[in-house]
Amino acid sequence: MSFLKVMPAALENLREITIPFAEGVIETLSAGDMVGLTGSLYTGRDQTHRRLCALLDEGRELPVDLAGQLLYYVGPTPARPGQVIGSAGPTTSYRMDPYTPQLLELGLKATLGKGKRSRTVRDAMLKHGAIYLASIAGAGALLSKSITRAEVVAFEDAGPEALFRFEVERFPAVVINDLAGRDFYEICAAGR
Amino acid sequence: MKIIETAQITETVREMVIEAACDLEPDILEGLVQARDRETSPLARDLLDLLLVNADIASREQMPVCQDTGVSVAFVSIGRELIFDGDPEAAVQEGVRQGYEEGYLRKSVCDPLTRKNTGTNTPAVVHLESHSGDDLRILYLPKGCGSENMSRLRMLPPSAGIEGVVDFICETVFAAGPNPCPPLVVGVGIGGTFEKAALLAKRSLFRPLGEHHQRRDVGELESDILTRLNREGQGVEGMGGINTALAVNIEVFPSHIASLPVAVNIQCHAHRHKERTLTGREWPGQSDS
Repeated sequence: MSFLKVMPAALENLREITIPFAEGVIETLSAGDMVGLTGSLYTGRDQTHRRLCALLDEGRELPVDLAGQLLYYVGPTPARPGQVIGSAGPTTSYRMDPYTPQLLELGLKATLGKGKRSRTVRDAMLKHGAIYLASIAGAGALLSKSITRAEVVAFEDAGPEALFRFEVERFPAVVINDLAGRDFYEICAAGR
Repeated sequence: MKIIETAQITETVREMVIEAACDLEPDILEGLVQARDRETSPLARDLLDLLLVNADIASREQMPVCQDTGVSVAFVSIGRELIFDGDPEAAVQEGVRQGYEEGYLRKSVCDPLTRKNTGTNTPAVVHLESHSGDDLRILYLPKGCGSENMSRLRMLPPSAGIEGVVDFICETVFAAGPNPCPPLVVGVGIGGTFEKAALLAKRSLFRPLGEHHQRRDVGELESDILTRLNREGQGVEGMGGINTALAVNIEVFPSHIASLPVAVNIQCHAHRHKERTLTGREWPGQSDS
């Protein structure tokens, strides 16, 4: 289209990171780093979190092992025939804040969404050695191109809120909260 | 009298629902291009470029611009010289249902208490109005709730004045930070009553980007607030730069002498909106034509 001059450099110069993270990789990531995630992740949003934590509260086993994993906050649109997935950008992360510390205790290593996290979640991430990333909010069509496989793993009855397993290739994201306690949104705001 | 068949309303709404989800309107695309061209932060420029790439992919592949295909909001104004062969509001709801199903859009509407999904994206929030005439005007906006959730309403005391109004609008945007997907369109309703202010704010989102309120002082207020938001705000996606908002649209309505309601309805950069008018055709049963 006429408004598109060149492919943005942002997508050409991503630091490639494999997920789940290999030993020692999270430690090398800093707030503001642009990364391309390749590997597998789980998804979940409001209902998934509510149900996972309800299972934990009842002392029951979860349908997936979250230890070492990355959890992406997304509720995709349905795939058309022949598509892997529909539009699949990040949803706002703060709604998951009440549930996140409980999941970090299970060894969840990273969350991916958009927007700010609460102080409680940031403290819990530092305690458990986890990071938070944001992807490109409102770019669900573009981001769907980085998802090569999608399958529902649990909570299928929740429709768009089901827990999926995605395989991704160079899925673009920015590190927001790193292990040093830095927050990229705060850094950006302070730079004004 | 003239007639509009409800089947035509349903078909029109169905089309609007699918087009709105997948094709950003020219005014929004132009707004994003202008924002990109004036942006000073390299990262924010890249992000704006990516949003334009996203819009391009969405339009070419008829894939939703954003996975949050929203709760459906429609302002439907019925010409008072029209008659229908059925219920026009039910026809709108049916159009929404068909559009979400056939367009592969996400059904995001649920019971507020049980959180059980209705499975159809209905009911849509439909505001029925009327006007003098024989046409039917439909304004349609699928409202994403990342931005809707950051909206606020406050009943200010009149002593707060214009300064208090400006501060409340700016504080609302600043507090939201990256959450509502900036650059934003900020819809504002000033005056009226509690519910009137909110409706004005929502309604203002339909104004084409770049147009100001016809009242000069209101138009200047819009420009002043936009300048402040882009000077002090957190920028594109909260990651810096000079584009926190694309527009501030204010609508005003007289209020009680004791009252100064202000509603701020925040809209994301994926500002999907559609407008269509249906004209009635001659009704054969008419006796005086």
